[in-house]
Amino acid sequence: MSLRGKAAIVGFYEIPTQKEYPDRTTFGVMAEVARGAIKDAGLRKEDIDGLINGEGVNSITVAEALGIQPDYTASMTTHGSSGATSIATAAAVIAAGLANYVLCVFGEARPRSSSRMVGQAQAKGMLPPASRATEWELPYGPVIAMNGWYGLIKQRHMFEYGTTQEQFAKLVVDQRFNAAANENAVWYGQPVTEEDVLNSRFTNDPLHLLESVMPCSGAHAVIVTSAERARSLPNDPAYILGVGGPATTHDVIWQKDDITTTPVVSSAPTALNMAEISINDVDMAQFYDCYSILTMACLEDAGVSKKGEIGPFYESTDTTYKGDFPINTDGGQIGAGQTGGVGGGFRHVVEGTRQVMGRAGLRQASKSDICLVNG
Amino acid sequence: MTESNANVSLKPEPRPEVPDLTMPFWDAAKRHELIVPRCTPCNAFFWYPREACPTCLRSDSWDWAKVSGNARLHTFTIVRQPLHPGFQEEVPYAFAVVQLDEGVRMMSNIVDCDVIEDIQIDMKLEVKFDDISDEWTLVKFKPA
Repeated sequence: MSLRGKAAIVGFYEIPTQKEYPDRTTFGVMAEVARGAIKDAGLRKEDIDGLINGEGVNSITVAEALGIQPDYTASMTTHGSSGATSIATAAAVIAAGLANYVLCVFGEARPRSSSRMVGQAQAKGMLPPASRATEWELPYGPVIAMNGWYGLIKQRHMFEYGTTQEQFAKLVVDQRFNAAANENAVWYGQPVTEEDVLNSRFTNDPLHLLESVMPCSGAHAVIVTSAERARSLPNDPAYILGVGGPATTHDVIWQKDDITTTPVVSSAPTALNMAEISINDVDMAQFYDCYSILTMACLEDAGVSKKGEIGPFYESTDTTYKGDFPINTDGGQIGAGQTGGVGGGFRHVVEGTRQVMGRAGLRQASKSDICLVNG
Repeated sequence: MTESNANVSLKPEPRPEVPDLTMPFWDAAKRHELIVPRCTPCNAFFWYPREACPTCLRSDSWDWAKVSGNARLHTFTIVRQPLHPGFQEEVPYAFAVVQLDEGVRMMSNIVDCDVIEDIQIDMKLEVKFDDISDEWTLVKFKPA
């Protein structure tokens, strides 16, 4: 059974992403965006009969905190892709008749510097290891967060395809331009130049600080319902035409056979085939961007460029919201901040919805009928 | 978290999560031998050690096999800001994916060279055992 056109996003809400929310709590911000999304969709809390959230907090706990008793509930546990996976799951759940109105909610009010604290606690044996391979990484001095792993991928991409530092910097410049026009972005009003990116310090060569996300506090929510129900609600719906994945090729990055190829190589064709379109029909992309290299490798694997040619693509394409092929029009995670609680990928869902609904305001792209989202 | 855990030395050491499964590797490293898992029925090498052969899914069917220690550099990154303060004195150092001639890839460090000037992807490497204490030896690599 295809999910093509069976479900739609009918409401969304997010609060500004910030380095920290000193006076807010994780359940507090999740409730705030849930309330906003339900209201935006023209629904009441009592209508919500499905709940999907991220990993780290069990969905049953979230349901109780929000005071809802859904007929269907699940926590997504596919790390960064959990956000987009929640939409694929919601569409399937609705098409199968397991729920009518699914609230997808991601967010966290996170403590400052929690990546470093968690990593050091793991290193000292005070927390469980990050993965089953930790024993084989820790003695060699890993880098904070995921920086080391993406440095390995970037180095190999530069070696295999000749991708240049300037080409990676272009992605950052375009996304920070977009973020500068997004009031909800952590880097609102703060564009950067190519020189700024290239002169920012290496967290680990060849990866610059400005090519990396900043972990932030934030929260985002959407409501998914059937296409039929969507037509009687106030907003112009964003129909879900196709989904693919969550696919996986590895848990730890160095276990991948081909370190510069991503699981998008299977999930994008699945989604496009279900939608009965080709990549050439896509107007814009909202793609997961913990680091510049990941977005670029995923765009290649989706067919936006040939494999290895994403560097020249960025060089010759304006990917801002004003451009020929807009990418991460809210600034993405690099420009707008990486919401904790695996909410970073959900940012792309919300911005894709905003653009397709025609509600992106100043950042509205000239053509935004079909958006490809990679969580 | 106990009081004694909180006082663990910041200098990281290999701490096997599943000692029965992985201690033979560390014991061999102390003898300056590099061994990796190899499935007896299907002959596949694999890394890292795990309960079942990821090629044929037989569990408890593999044994340790001594390998040449010859390798190529698959990719690397230069660490300037280590996660763990125990590595601060080592920066800059190379955190690398090494591909053994037998086909498996492991994380390691590239040593005995200038990590900024001398390291290139695909360069030939050979194993270098680093006795970091009486108890532990790390498997590192140097230019061949």
